Amino acid sequence: MSLRAYAVAYLIFLYAPIFLLPLFAFNDSTIIAFPLSGFTTGWFTELTETPALHAAVKNSLFIAILTAIFSTLLGICAARAGAKYEFPAKRGILGLIMVPLVLPEIIVGVSLLVVVVNLLDWSLSSWTVIAAHVLICTPFSIAILNGAFQNMDASLEEAALDLGETPWSTFRLVTLPLVMPGIISSLLISFTISLDEFIIAFFLTGAEPTMPVYIWGLLRFPQKLPAVMALGTILVVASIIILTIAELMRRRGLKRAGLKDTGGFL
Amino acid sequence: MTPIITLTGVQKYYGDYHALRDVDLTINEGEFFSLLGPSGCGKTTLLRTIAGFENASDGVVMLGGADMAGVPPNKRPTNMVFQSYAIFPHLNVAENVAFGLRRRSDLSKQAKADLVDEALDMVGLQGFGGRAAHALSGGQRQRVALARALILKPKVLLLDEPLSALDKKMREQMQAELRRLQRQVGITFILVTHDQEEALIMSDRIAVMFDGRIAQVADPQTLYRRPVNRQVADFIGVMNFLPATSTASEDGVDVQIAGFGAASVASEQCPGGMPTGDASVGIRPEMMTLLFDGQPSEGAVAIGTVAERYYYGDMTYYEVEFEGVSEPVTLSMKNLVGRPVLERGDAARVAWDPRALVVFEA
Repeated sequence: MSLRAYAVAYLIFLYAPIFLLPLFAFNDSTIIAFPLSGFTTGWFTELTETPALHAAVKNSLFIAILTAIFSTLLGICAARAGAKYEFPAKRGILGLIMVPLVLPEIIVGVSLLVVVVNLLDWSLSSWTVIAAHVLICTPFSIAILNGAFQNMDASLEEAALDLGETPWSTFRLVTLPLVMPGIISSLLISFTISLDEFIIAFFLTGAEPTMPVYIWGLLRFPQKLPAVMALGTILVVASIIILTIAELMRRRGLKRAGLKDTGGFL
Repeated sequence: MTPIITLTGVQKYYGDYHALRDVDLTINEGEFFSLLGPSGCGKTTLLRTIAGFENASDGVVMLGGADMAGVPPNKRPTNMVFQSYAIFPHLNVAENVAFGLRRRSDLSKQAKADLVDEALDMVGLQGFGGRAAHALSGGQRQRVALARALILKPKVLLLDEPLSALDKKMREQMQAELRRLQRQVGITFILVTHDQEEALIMSDRIAVMFDGRIAQVADPQTLYRRPVNRQVADFIGVMNFLPATSTASEDGVDVQIAGFGAASVASEQCPGGMPTGDASVGIRPEMMTLLFDGQPSEGAVAIGTVAERYYYGDMTYYEVEFEGVSEPVTLSMKNLVGRPVLERGDAARVAWDPRALVVFEA
């Protein structure tokens, strides 16, 4: 009984703030407080009429898509190397690649700012954000793709070679289709991470803010707060959809390889 | 007989580990050949060296008259049935079987489809073409793997413990079927197995391997009746070893066997060479006969005591102790009509024939 109470309290603690988002996004008042004063979709309409927001969203999508592609490509290389080849200090190298997973983002942000601006003397742009996001997303890609590559029976590739295919066509015809669910899962998760990442983007973004940075900028204007709530609602729904697809893909990959689920990110 | 595979002085090292030690081997065209040995003896490494998945550290691998040094697996005239079967899970049965035909641009789509049907027919999977890979049983996966390898008409088919994942009944069925298939297609099969019975049943010839070395290459009967050393004798079936002393004779050796007495054996009963002085005499359980109720014997008889008795239904296995022999001797008797079964402690009169003996170095 007490366990059930604990579970309920825990879920409220976890999700109540998120449920407040749609509540106030549809509330017909600029003041974020109870009691609610009426239903409106006006805040969503306001979003569609804010060109600065559109630019930020476009910028964020650009960064997120490229980040997803680059980190997944790097993830494929690392996961395949880890699963298939033996090389000196393999465990150490693979371990170090995963470190950004636990590095505080503020440290990553500050040090990248120093490197980019002070040492390399580059100007800040979407590309610097992409580089930083690839850094933090690659460990996630590797973690997801490791599962996909390691679960694959090595004799499948050997069988393709044995049946006359070259190493490259084997990769294309056998390996790639079998790890494809993992690749899609990795693309979606790094896309999501990049899309709502704030701290690093805040440090490294140039003249064009990303969406999280733009949202943060809005907070200085209290009357904009309900519109932020509306934007947040859209982001939560989109994130849930994307991560669900990613998880379904991961499970489908396991099923395709005929393996048992050993737990994933979700 | 034309050799299709010739290995000369093949060595394989993994770092410090010496996996194949100076392997010389000739395998003939159309032969069902088995590589037999305990796990870790190098038999799979040898198979993979023939397939091209491993490169010999030293020595020459000749296949169909061509040196295979530096030739990758996809360019070798061999195909393999993997232990895990390696059925492509994202393709259906027909697509799996047709996989090796992808690069055959000389064949029309229809010709390929006909070949697939023919191959499925051959392994008894008519009408399974559209079946998904994960919807197959173990035996069916095995057949798909066979069809997929045989469709390319390789010079040599390599089978890496293909039956070890099947249950006993299915295994026995597949053993018969593999044998039939090999006769039908007439190509060389090389089977890796750790199951001596499987090797004996299926093979024309067997190579027994220990610690990366080939200990003996022979046909099943020779291997069973004339193993070259105690290790081989012990691995193939059951053999009793009795301490003995040996002296050279005109045509072989005279042995004085502990518990059994004297015997003269021919040189061909010393396949590992004729020892002098201390020797070990081997005899298989079924080569001895218990004599019941004063039954007379024309040959030699040894007298012992039944130490243990195992009743198997069709057979009874006895462990019989003899004076001067530390290990009890195992012998087996068919349970024929009217034949009694001895109990523990009973005296055992054991008739034996010197022709059944094999003499080894001690």
